[in-house]
Amino acid sequence: MHSRPESTVEGAAAPRPRRFLKALTAFVFLGLLATPVAVRYFSSGSRADDAGLSVPAALERYGFALQAVSDAAGIRFTHQPPMLDPKLEPIMPAVAAYGAAVSVTDFDRDGWQDLYVTNSAVGSRNALYRNRQDGTFEDVAAPLGVAEVNHRATGVSMGAVWGDYDNDGYEDLFLYRWGRPELFHNDRGSGFTRVTESANLPDWINANAAVWFDYDRDGWIDLFVGGFYPADLNLWNLTNTRVMPESFEYAQNGGRNYLFRNRGDGIFEEVAEATGLTSERWTLAAAAADVDHDGDPDLFVANDFGINELYINDRGRRFREVGREANVARTPKSGMNASFGDVLNRGEWTLYVTNISEPGVLIHGNDLWVPTHDSGGAPRYRNLAGAMGVELAGFAFGAQFGDLNNDGWLDLFVTNGFVSGETRDSYWYDYSMVAGGHRNIIADASNWPAMRGRSLSGYQADRVWLNDGTGRFQDVTPAVGVVNRYDGRAVAVADLWNRGVLDVVVAYQRGPLLVYKNTVRAEHGWIAFALEGTRSNRSAIGAELHLYWAGTEQIQQIDGGNGFASQNQRRAHYGLGPASQVDSIVIRWPSGTVQTIPSPAINTLHALTEPQ
Amino acid sequence: MKYDRRLTAPLLITLILIGAHWSYGVLRGYEAIALAIFSAMATEFALRRLLTGRPQQLVSAYISGISIAILVRSPVLWPYAVGGVLSIMSKYVLRMKGRHLWNPSNFGICALLFLAPFAVAPLSVQWGNDLWPMLVIWTVGLNAIWLAKRAHITLAYVASFFVFAYVRTVFTDSSFAAEIAPITGPMYQLFALFMITDPKTTVSSKRGAIVVVFLVAFVEMLLRLAEVIYAPFYALFIVGPAALLVEMWWKSRAEAAQPDAQAAPSAHRGLRWPLR
Repeated sequence: MHSRPESTVEGAAAPRPRRFLKALTAFVFLGLLATPVAVRYFSSGSRADDAGLSVPAALERYGFALQAVSDAAGIRFTHQPPMLDPKLEPIMPAVAAYGAAVSVTDFDRDGWQDLYVTNSAVGSRNALYRNRQDGTFEDVAAPLGVAEVNHRATGVSMGAVWGDYDNDGYEDLFLYRWGRPELFHNDRGSGFTRVTESANLPDWINANAAVWFDYDRDGWIDLFVGGFYPADLNLWNLTNTRVMPESFEYAQNGGRNYLFRNRGDGIFEEVAEATGLTSERWTLAAAAADVDHDGDPDLFVANDFGINELYINDRGRRFREVGREANVARTPKSGMNASFGDVLNRGEWTLYVTNISEPGVLIHGNDLWVPTHDSGGAPRYRNLAGAMGVELAGFAFGAQFGDLNNDGWLDLFVTNGFVSGETRDSYWYDYSMVAGGHRNIIADASNWPAMRGRSLSGYQADRVWLNDGTGRFQDVTPAVGVVNRYDGRAVAVADLWNRGVLDVVVAYQRGPLLVYKNTVRAEHGWIAFALEGTRSNRSAIGAELHLYWAGTEQIQQIDGGNGFASQNQRRAHYGLGPASQVDSIVIRWPSGTVQTIPSPAINTLHALTEPQ
Repeated sequence: MKYDRRLTAPLLITLILIGAHWSYGVLRGYEAIALAIFSAMATEFALRRLLTGRPQQLVSAYISGISIAILVRSPVLWPYAVGGVLSIMSKYVLRMKGRHLWNPSNFGICALLFLAPFAVAPLSVQWGNDLWPMLVIWTVGLNAIWLAKRAHITLAYVASFFVFAYVRTVFTDSSFAAEIAPITGPMYQLFALFMITDPKTTVSSKRGAIVVVFLVAFVEMLLRLAEVIYAPFYALFIVGPAALLVEMWWKSRAEAAQPDAQAAPSAHRGLRWPLR
């Protein structure tokens, strides 16, 4: 039988046809060994090989060009990482690899987008860059009271989200930290007042994600906060070194999540357990959208070291976790970003989740979840990241959709890189050695070999993926002017100079805040909407906009934070391509009010107030 | 109907796979495993018919396919097909004196890891963070190889691994706990229980098999000191065929000295091995 030596294959006695077949088999075998090389060659066809194009050439070829203008815009910010308990010193670069964040707002209601940027070293300062309307920004964080927020006793910043929690017309600031979360009331754009205690927020959360959304649609925005490390850990004063995840794919020893219901009187009530948000995974990102089209916002939570979670909102009373049945939580990965966008112009939410892709070591691949059908409940999703060419980015963190060339299709900016060490020697061997072991070994930081300045997926390039409208994205990163190798964390898109284009801001860990000014080919039109709620929350967070033009439809929403440690501008921005008119915009406000505006003017920012 | 003992191994590994995927979603997806198994079995069917003309026996190809599906991780599908086909083809192309030299799964996995690192990674994480999957695999696996009289190979490898793990701590600043971490994960358990014990690609004597796995562990140590992530697979890839060639040379010398002597039949004829 099978274990018998198959001598008939060997030897000179084999008949001539069989010898020919043997030779043919060997030839095919060699061809198969060459298959990976061929696959690599042909799969790289979607990557532009025209690095370093001039702006006119990039405009001609791709319709847009990005130029890093931080210095010229007066933004000189370098993120400083946290330094935690010395017990973690051997692997400090990896455990303290978070904290660079950026969120966009118009805090002073002057019609120009401002930026809030976090820092993470004890004693370092956050920055609030006020847009001076002349192409430059000035840091007003210190005089306005939101700069000196990184202290040994109260923790350091991990990110921030803006939302008008008291409906006074001014965006307030929620700062989440590895430490005490802080809520700052915006005093009509002239300063901020700390209201943490009166808002009834907890003493300590080691948080890496937060999202404003009005889950119960009562007209007051509520707040989701995602925990990373457990809340009972003071990372500057550890009693032992058992602080690591118990598994790199199934960990459930992270921080708990929180849902703060806004009572409307300035006080928040914590209702996570009462509403079913009881996970203790290692949350790194979250985003809200009405994925089941029932009028209330649902919540997607991206978790590192495990499966993600999709919570369907049951009329503001409870959340039902449906990740597995919706097919977005079958395979554990390293979820680090959550962004909703309509990349196919179908009026449907697709969801982009970033993960780790390190060749030969760990290839999770990013996910682009596309709903395949809507059966009245939660949609079922299919991952089309590979088919659409946005799967392999690197050790990916923040990502944002935005129509960067105003051609009518949402493009994608992804930032990458975990730890760029003093050397380019890799720590991946040690990492994979320990990560494959039992939880008693993994969970104890003292078992992890020292990094000694080595890199862990460092010096990686960002990705700018251009949506060609046929279901494929093309990597145009260096061609359009993005050439840095910093460790990327947060990405935000905003029209910083009110020109009808989306600029890009990227916060890099231990690196600069880069502002990419976008130049777009003039013949592409655009339209934008700034919404203000009346019956709904005043920020209009959760409002859905359906734009109909040129026989197509694209859905966008006013969001209260998405991506990784980031928040885009409050406005909705649409590129229109060559279209000279729009059929209509249909707005579904969070209150349920549906407003239709026929033929709104293009190349215009429309300020809309919710009908009473 | 009488139970066919040859089905024990494929049933065993199928049950492990189903349990692992049901509990922890370890597979890329059902299409990946279907593709790997189909590719391996179709290749076996075609090559066996074309090159040997002997009756079809697809069990070992099924096992190779399922092994590729478990041990290879890729976000795309083509590596599962290529891995399955390469594994089986290696049996028919890379031969010496009527024997194939590489464990088919080991060859397929090494080929993918070496040639397609941009699309492939090995199974390098644990199945869950509980103790019971580890206990299940060790209990079921040890029982199976004990019945097959191959337990000495696994035990010798495990002992060697621990010794060399300690040796590595002398040369690196890693703790002993870090160095032994891999063997507490499922990839090593499958490797130690089922791959290195494959009767077709190990030497026939008991003492020889122990020496060979000791050498596998030694080469693995060298590769680990060079920070090669796929050290166990590559070590078996290097040592396994070399050991077989030495055995063939040794036997042919003995046969030349005693031309009337009949080669002793393999003690393990008829076994179907889980990681082929």
